[in-house]
Amino acid sequence: MTDPTFYGLCGAVVVGTGIYGFVLHTHILRRLLSFNVIGSGIFLMLGAAGSLGPDTAADPVAQALIITGIVVALSATALGLALLVAYARASGSPRLPEDANDDP
Amino acid sequence: MMALAETGFDLVLCAMIATTALLAIGVRDQFGAVVLFVVYSVFLGLGWLRLGALDIALAEVALGAGLTGLLLFGAHARLPASVPVPSGRAVWPAACAAGGSGLALGWAFLTLPEPVGLQEAVAANLGTSGVENPVTAVLLNFRSWDTLIESIVLLAALIGVWSVARDDAWGGQPGLRQHARHGGVLANFGRLLPPIGFMIGVYLFWAGSSKPGGAFQAGTVLAAVALVVFMGGAMRPPLVTARWLRLVCVAGPAVFLAVGLTGAASGVFLGLRPDLAKPLILAIEAVLTFSIAASLALSVIGPPEDPEDHV
Repeated sequence: MTDPTFYGLCGAVVVGTGIYGFVLHTHILRRLLSFNVIGSGIFLMLGAAGSLGPDTAADPVAQALIITGIVVALSATALGLALLVAYARASGSPRLPEDANDDP
Repeated sequence: MMALAETGFDLVLCAMIATTALLAIGVRDQFGAVVLFVVYSVFLGLGWLRLGALDIALAEVALGAGLTGLLLFGAHARLPASVPVPSGRAVWPAACAAGGSGLALGWAFLTLPEPVGLQEAVAANLGTSGVENPVTAVLLNFRSWDTLIESIVLLAALIGVWSVARDDAWGGQPGLRQHARHGGVLANFGRLLPPIGFMIGVYLFWAGSSKPGGAFQAGTVLAAVALVVFMGGAMRPPLVTARWLRLVCVAGPAVFLAVGLTGAASGVFLGLRPDLAKPLILAIEAVLTFSIAASLALSVIGPPEDPEDHV
């Protein structure tokens, strides 16, 4: 049987990776992508935690919460990207003003 | 031997998930980042299969890889070329934040107390829920509040997406006009895939009461069918002002709310009588599937745009 611990730790690594991208990137599209990576890492940790314990079946309540989370994350991404495209068309840049000023 | 092979497979899959995530974040090319994100989501879907969570695997591949990938590709095409990715000393604060939070989360996961789990509580009450798939029972009965609000979140997001349309473009068809080369791959697949996808979507909805599947997975597949039809040029999307379109989007949450209020009249808001639970859940899911499909497809296509509108 699969050991959920691997996947829980993998989720922790993925969340860390997402935070790295979220802090590093100035392009808002890359930030939104990083944000999605963070979210899916958290889902992976939650799902793995729901599969721990003597009962090997995955916890259906955790599964339902994660499915809800995936759908809401997609909606938020759609809204974020629509705002980003409108912002870039209005300002001419896909970066926030304070990030664009940091260029050497 | 079998156990060893399975552990090896899990380790390799976890390594692939973590590596594709890192590449999607770290690669310089923005288009490459989007492609790698889709690959990452597919590997993650395999991980969910290994954890025995088939419903999540379906949702992750359909929503995470499919629709989110499509959204990111669309935004990438509409935005100016990539900006340089910071490198050198600028990387260190981000790397420290990432390493610290990753280690803290890993430590927290390893020191989790022995979980009690809700498997038994769900299994004990499954008989009164009206369905046999425990995940559908949680989504549509035990925790239907979450699902009701979630279906309304989809509507709110669609209103948000539409609200960034320019005044002169509003009232037209959503998204940009699609050009598919006559007889090309896109035009052909735009005619070949929809019937198959439609059947898979309806099957996922129907199977959801007893097997993995359900309204959200089915709605996502149907949204993908609609998107393939629009992108292949077989049909133009309907006008955003079309009344029937808005009725389809609102019908799911409205039926859900109506059933909830009927429950309130007999005691509990969103409470379902065990003998009526199955037909009520199927009715909610049937309408909700089409509302989800319409809202998701419209959110992914984006607001109506002027073809001359460029960055």
